[in-house]
Amino acid sequence: MTKPLLELRNLRKTYGALVVTDDVSLSVPAGEVHAIIGPNGAGKTTLIHQISGLASSVSGQILFNGQDITRLPMHERVRRGLARSFQITSVLPGFSALENVALAVQARSGSSYRMVGNAARERQLNEPAMECLALVGLGPRAHVPAGLLSHGEKRQLELAIALATEPKLLLLDEPLAGTGLDESRRVVEVLRRLRSRTTILLIEHDMDAVFSLADRISVLVYGRLVATDVPERIRTNPEVRSAYLGEGETV
Amino acid sequence: MTDLAQTRLAPFTARSPRIEPVPLVLFLVFAAAPFLAPLSGAEGYVLSLLTRVMILGLAAMSLDLILGYGALVSFGHAAFLGMGGYAVGILASNGMEDALVQIPVALAASALFAAVTGAISLRTKGVYFIMITLAFGQMLFFLATSLAAYGGDDGMTLSSRSLVAGATFLKDDRAFYGFTFACLFGTYLLSRAIVASRFGRVLRGARENPVRMEAIGFQPFRYQLLAYVISGMMAGLAGFLLANQAEFISPSFMTWQRSGELIFMVVLGGLGSLHGAILGAAAFLLLEEFLPEILHAAGAMLSSDLQYRLVENWKMVFGPLLILIVLFARGGIMGLLGRGRPDRQEG
Amino acid sequence: MTATLFLIQTLNGLQFGLILFLIAAGLTLVFGVMDFINLAHGVQYMVGAYLVAAFSAWTGNFAWALLLALPTALAFGLLLEVLVFRHLYDRDHLDQVLATFGVIVFLNQAVKFVWGAAPLNVPVPEILSGSVEIADGLLYPVYRIAIIVAGLAVAALLYVLVSHTRVGMLVRAGATNPQMVSALGVNIRRLFMVVFGFGAMLAGFAGAMVAPILSVEPGMGDNILILAFVVIVIGGIGSIRGAFLAAILIGLVDTVGRSFAPNLLRFFLDPATASQTGRAIAPMLIYIFMAAILFFRPSGLFPAKR
Repeated sequence: MTKPLLELRNLRKTYGALVVTDDVSLSVPAGEVHAIIGPNGAGKTTLIHQISGLASSVSGQILFNGQDITRLPMHERVRRGLARSFQITSVLPGFSALENVALAVQARSGSSYRMVGNAARERQLNEPAMECLALVGLGPRAHVPAGLLSHGEKRQLELAIALATEPKLLLLDEPLAGTGLDESRRVVEVLRRLRSRTTILLIEHDMDAVFSLADRISVLVYGRLVATDVPERIRTNPEVRSAYLGEGETV
Repeated sequence: MTDLAQTRLAPFTARSPRIEPVPLVLFLVFAAAPFLAPLSGAEGYVLSLLTRVMILGLAAMSLDLILGYGALVSFGHAAFLGMGGYAVGILASNGMEDALVQIPVALAASALFAAVTGAISLRTKGVYFIMITLAFGQMLFFLATSLAAYGGDDGMTLSSRSLVAGATFLKDDRAFYGFTFACLFGTYLLSRAIVASRFGRVLRGARENPVRMEAIGFQPFRYQLLAYVISGMMAGLAGFLLANQAEFISPSFMTWQRSGELIFMVVLGGLGSLHGAILGAAAFLLLEEFLPEILHAAGAMLSSDLQYRLVENWKMVFGPLLILIVLFARGGIMGLLGRGRPDRQEG
Repeated sequence: MTATLFLIQTLNGLQFGLILFLIAAGLTLVFGVMDFINLAHGVQYMVGAYLVAAFSAWTGNFAWALLLALPTALAFGLLLEVLVFRHLYDRDHLDQVLATFGVIVFLNQAVKFVWGAAPLNVPVPEILSGSVEIADGLLYPVYRIAIIVAGLAVAALLYVLVSHTRVGMLVRAGATNPQMVSALGVNIRRLFMVVFGFGAMLAGFAGAMVAPILSVEPGMGDNILILAFVVIVIGGIGSIRGAFLAAILIGLVDTVGRSFAPNLLRFFLDPATASQTGRAIAPMLIYIFMAAILFFRPSGLFPAKR
């Protein structure tokens, strides 16, 4: 029985008296695409923050590749192969799309204390960066300042940046939010292509995408994990149905 | 809390190795000056003024490195001028008058001070950072005023300029000008290299979006600290030059008002362009020097008494001028030339 | 280190701290509610002192001078707000620092222009002159006691205003979350003016009160401004309670520290070195103190916004 890549053990987070993450335990094997769904305000983004290191946990453990990373700062987790995208896109607006990705490549290749040489021209950084951009479909927009990209393009850029860090686990926070039909199909295609490269844990509301992509789905309601299973069985799970009924979501 | 020097859009285009006009003209003017100065009839005065411009330009440029490119508003940068100056004064008083000793000591002392204060200050953000850098600057100021052996409050005159490998090379004003020019030009090139390098890119990225940088795997703190130390060392060099130029050291080198003036020079010239800071220093010093003259000419129509009062109170024009520049010429001089950072241009 | 001297310095420290509080209160509110760094707050203090000096010379009576100076200081503050500050609220902190720096340069010179560079003399009011015996053989100036009493009274008044009135509640809310307050339909601009004006008046009042015992001269507001900033940073931006505690603390540390640092150091060093080190360290004490606090609590002791 292989070690899971990511393991959450009784993870908890509170804001004062408010319990946001309630005793969450989850196990994600390498190579899986695992989706987390749930009604709004269920604490999904907070969970991603806890796993990536942007938010602390009150109790419980996060194990990555067998190592306890619960108390590690974010940049340390990134160094170990944990990458994430943000729900509200967070890029470097003044840099070009290419430079955004090249910086991510730079983080993993050689010393960033070098004070000579023009970083923007380094082929060693630009080539892998272009590759990531092409993978997400942003090749032609490589030299556009990131702040000028459209909302959807920024999301693609985030994906490219995350990829450039050569992650073992990719955390995606609503990669399809606000996308139109064409665009969401494109993103799903990209994600499908990534399956072989990396393990993916994603939060999403788009059920079509979730059910077509995910190997397994976990359902989070008010910070509590109510079910973790393969898509077909989640669809018929009574607790899940009741959590979603009244939301207008068809499962 | 608002982010200082908030960027909206600031493309740093990787400039191709084509030479840029503004710094080229700037350094050509500086290079040509000693040959043209005798024509003005006041060679000594012109050289001395321009030397001071270059020295403060160096200090302002060092601040631009962390302020313009790193968004670190240090309100204690004048402390490094004092560090460099007092290194000269203290060493000279104790028999070590050679620049070959004084410069490394000035640099080392500045680096140490920057490392220690930076390590503490960079843990804070926003206005807290401003305040704590201000506090450290004040500490050094008060320390200097308490050094009775070195003049205390009033400062101390130096018996002569520093020797260079035993030679009194710097005594000649033109030689000193050339030496200062070399320092300025050298640190300018170094700064340009740093900004375009991998290191510089991380620093600039941390200015734009520190969370994003962490999410890629960078720890902004280390890079900012290193930049802070380098910046401090450059300003320490400026301090060495300033002490030699004035042949005088005093705590007035490092008042918080001085630090404020340095910030103003950088903003006046245009944040984030390096040569802009030098331009800003030039504009500031020339304004300080000539505004009284300008007012004198402008007041030619008034009675001599009023004219006198107008000139005496030139700061009353200077103050509002500062305010107007901040309000309306946001990109500074470089912005007006159309070459500033786009996020700080008008329109 | 006599007990008498210690007591006197403690009282002096308390007095200094209360003056600092009066200046810091306006500063922390303006910063907390309007996110506006006002380096020119020190000139409000200076203007208060100059106004009381001018009115005192004109009326010959300190009480009248004070009564006239306060509304004038308020009006002056509001004038500055309309002319300069209100254009800076939306700018980043760097712009605010620079523009208010320009105001300082202008006003320091303007004051020199009107009244000359020499320090002005304001006589201590008759009824408050002289000293009183507050303990066995310990004489302390009546005027300084008056300042302490006035300072505490204003502090109490502020406390009541801020915690028990509607306006006070709005101010506290504004310091914690300005956007929210605005979104609730409160006229945020008018709130700003109230906060600003009140703060300016407090600073002016502080300046007016110290006029008889300090030099009224150009630039007198500059260094106390720095101390006021130290106070609000230590106390936590937006917090009046924090400002009060920090101001008293700083007043005591600075005053008592300066007097006794050399003495305290004698326990560790020989007298000559202790004296020299003590004199060097004394003015740095508050800054060391602030750096230490910020090291452990990078947002100060009682920040309004967490």
